[in-house]
Parts: sequence; C-alpha cells; structure tokens
Amino acid sequence: MPQLNNADIVWMLISTAMVMIMTPTLAFFYGGLVRKKNILSVLMQCMVILCVISVQWVLFGYSLAFGPDVGGVIGALDWIGLRGVGLQPHDTYMSTIPHQLFMAFQMMFAVITPALIIGAFVERIKFSAFLVFVILWATLIYDPLAHWVWAKDGWLAKIGALDFAGGTVIHINAGIAALVFALMLGKREGVGHSRAPHNLPLCVLGAAFLWFGWFGFNAGSAGSAGTLAVTAFINTNTAAAAAGVSWMLLDWCYNKVPTMLGVATGLVAGLVAVTPAAGFVTPVSALAIGAISSVVCFIFVTKVKPFFGYDDSLDVFGVHGMGGIVGALATGVFATKAVNPAGADGLLYGNPGQLWVQFIATIAAIAFSAIGTAVLYKFVDLVIGMRVDTRDEYIGLDLTQHRETGYTVIE
Amino acid sequence: MKYIIAIIKPHRLEDVMKELDKEKVYLRTVVDVVGCGRQRGITEVYRGVKEVESLLRKVKLEIAVNEDFVEPTIAAITRGAREGEIGDGKIFVFDLKECVRIRTGERGKEAIG
Repeated sequence: MPQLNNADIVWMLISTAMVMIMTPTLAFFYGGLVRKKNILSVLMQCMVILCVISVQWVLFGYSLAFGPDVGGVIGALDWIGLRGVGLQPHDTYMSTIPHQLFMAFQMMFAVITPALIIGAFVERIKFSAFLVFVILWATLIYDPLAHWVWAKDGWLAKIGALDFAGGTVIHINAGIAALVFALMLGKREGVGHSRAPHNLPLCVLGAAFLWFGWFGFNAGSAGSAGTLAVTAFINTNTAAAAAGVSWMLLDWCYNKVPTMLGVATGLVAGLVAVTPAAGFVTPVSALAIGAISSVVCFIFVTKVKPFFGYDDSLDVFGVHGMGGIVGALATGVFATKAVNPAGADGLLYGNPGQLWVQFIATIAAIAFSAIGTAVLYKFVDLVIGMRVDTRDEYIGLDLTQHRETGYTVIE
Repeated sequence: MKYIIAIIKPHRLEDVMKELDKEKVYLRTVVDVVGCGRQRGITEVYRGVKEVESLLRKVKLEIAVNEDFVEPTIAAITRGAREGEIGDGKIFVFDLKECVRIRTGERGKEAIG
C-alpha cells in the first residue's frame, strides 16, 4: 500500500505552483514580442486559458487523460468531477503524494500546452474563436495524447517511449499545432516594419521566469523530493545555459552581434529540448542536448521560416516544435540506466532500439497533432470564423476584442 | 520651402511611408500623439462597469520639403492614409522660412536635401 511522504508533498506543492506561474510568465514572454496594440490580447489569452483549462481539467479533462484506460488511447469518464480522486495516493501516479496533488500538477501542464500555441496566431485571431478552439483542442488533442504517453496503459507508454516531463505531449504537440495553425490562418497584416517586439524587457522577464518555473516542470516530474529531482534540476539548468550560449554565438557569427532576444530564445529552446531527457541523462549529455537544440532551432527560426514564408509569429514551431523533436530523439541517444534505473539505455549506451521507439512516439505525436489541429481549425473557422476583420487587425486586438488599451500615450 | 504636418491613423503609417519612399521623399519625423476630430474618441470599458471616452491614438508626420516636392508629398500621404472614413486625418502645409543643416551650416534649399 502506497504511503504518503510529507517531503514529497512539499516539493510537489511547490513544483505545481512553479508550473502554474509559467503560463502568466509565458504571457509576458509572448506579450513583449507583439506590437503594443495587441499586448492585452496576448495576456488575456494566457490568463483565460489558465482559468478555462483548470475548470476543464477538474470537470472531465483529468479523467480523459488519466482515468481508467480504454484501449490504450483515452481515459474513461469514471473520474469526472474528480470522483474517486482523493487525498490518498494512486498506486501508479506518484505513489507517495495525494492523488489530487498529482492531478493538480498535471493540470498545470494541461494549461500551459494550449497557451504555447498562442505564439502562432497572435495579433489576428478572434477571441471567441480562440476560446472555442482552445477548449476543443485541450479535450480532443491534449487529453488523448497525454493518455498515450503518461497514463499507465497508454500505448506509447507501453512500447517504452521515454518522456520525462512532456517533450512529446507538450512541446512537439503544441509546436506542430502552431505550425498547422500558422499555415491555415495566414500572415499578419502590416508587419513589414514593425515586426520588432514592442517591449523586449517584458520578454526577457518572461524568459527568466520560464527558466525558474521549469525547475518545477522538470524536477517536479520526478514526483518526489529525492535524487531524481536533483538530476532533473541540474540537467534543466545546464541545457538552458548551453543553449543560451550557443544561440548567442550563432547570432554573433551570422548576424554580427549577440542579441538579448537571441539569448532569451536560445535558453527556451534548451529548456524545451531537455524536458523529455531531464531525468534520464547525465549533465554533460544535457549540455550537448541544449547546444544541439539551439543550432536546430536557430536554423528553423532564421532560415526555414523565411524560406517558406509562414507566419509562425513568435516561433512556437521553430522553438517548441523543433526543440521538442530534438529532445525526444536525443533522449533515445543519451538516456542511461546509470542515471535512472527506471528509464532505459539509449543509442550511446548500446541500445539503438530506444531511438527507434522515440522516433515512433515523435511521429505519432506529430501526425495526431497535425491532423487533429487541422480538423478543429476548419470546424471553428466554419462555425465562428477564426480571423478578425482586416480593419480590426490594423486597429489592434486590444481595442477591437476587449475595448481596452495596454498603454496610455498621455495621462 | 514648405513644412508639411500630417495627422494620420497609426495603422496607416507603414503605407504612408511606402508612398513617400516612392516619391523619393525620405526625410520625415514621426510622433505618437492622441487627439480627436469630429468622430470623437473611442469607448473603453474599465473593470466592466465604467465606460470612458478616451482620445484616439494618432500619428503625426512632419516633413520639410522644397517646392517641387510639395504636391508629390501631399499626394503620397493621401494615397497611403485614405480609407474614406471620418478619422482619416488631415494635412497642413506651412511656409518654411529657413532651414539649417547643423553639420555643415548650409542653409535653405541645399540644407533640406
């Protein structure tokens, strides 16, 4: 019979709160990157997702993702309204903390995933359409995918795919959804000159607190206050640091100057990439993962996006999608049982099969997310209309969608 | 020499600048301003209850030009800024007495460049 452990409860309460703050923090990271007429719309979208998905999760989302298994693809609705989800531990899901605390920790992941997609459709989406899309996407895309990877009988969990803290479920999923969304929604109006972020300090503040929150995200995914949490903590910091440095050097080489936005983008890419690997690799491997993710994301953000001309406005696909893919595959290369006996050995430790499993999980997530997002997009676009009028887009979403302004020009 | 001041909608600025470039008018000063004309301000909601009438955001362009460029400049601003609605803005044209290029001390026509 599982026993409650107070140290674990403390750590998981703190981790849950740290992951919660990542969504408002993401709002500032994204908000600083849009034009000032749209700042409130971005903050609003993030905050509303925090509210709406928290409600969805308690009502039925958690049950769909983690409830009693139905064919390895979805959870049954037995835990609707948290029925049967009590203060005693669940025997599989973090078995030393209350089941409700595990539910709350997972809730914050369910919240931040749709929030990540916001970066693809900022400055041009109708708020009502956004709201409907987010609820549908969380329910029909996120919850099943979370079940596949994390529920004890999910089919990707069963084939042995490693995803420590959500590289596949969160970052690949959100990144691919963002790419599909950007392709279907089209470019923003009037971003020829004013592509420049309206408030970089806000963006950097956001990046800094994302880094901080990510300790809860990754080290919290250990599920206990033990040595595994320390491993994930160190790996998280190391990968972020390595990725920040690499992006700075790439900027310096190719654009002649090191930039603040470059370092902020790079460190997020590193955090994304280390997410699936955090509890399975050594610190030196984490360093390599961070550096590699920066290079790949740099290529996608500065070369691939301009080449194809899609307006993934804040590089959700370039950073989260590609960073997530790098992380998922790198986990299959660098993972070692010496770090985590519950994990598996990767390619470098004599088990090339793990890389194949990681590849299957990645492809499954990409396919499911892309197709599902496209269908939901079409549906919402037909029923409500996804995009605001061109004139409203020019005036800005703050005034046209919310009748508010972020900044005054004169008192 | 004329000094042209134009008040336009902020979101028309990019188009106006493109039109000015086409006429080879490259010198300009741009300022964020607020104000309202006959269409009055816009209504904002404050904490769900209070509605406040606020002034509209506008952009002010200031351009000094030689005589040959006056009409092209006016035409360029009009093309870029016109939406055919109240609130499109206005263009004011002043006689400009003198212009001095600080770096060289040149004056008048030469100094506008």
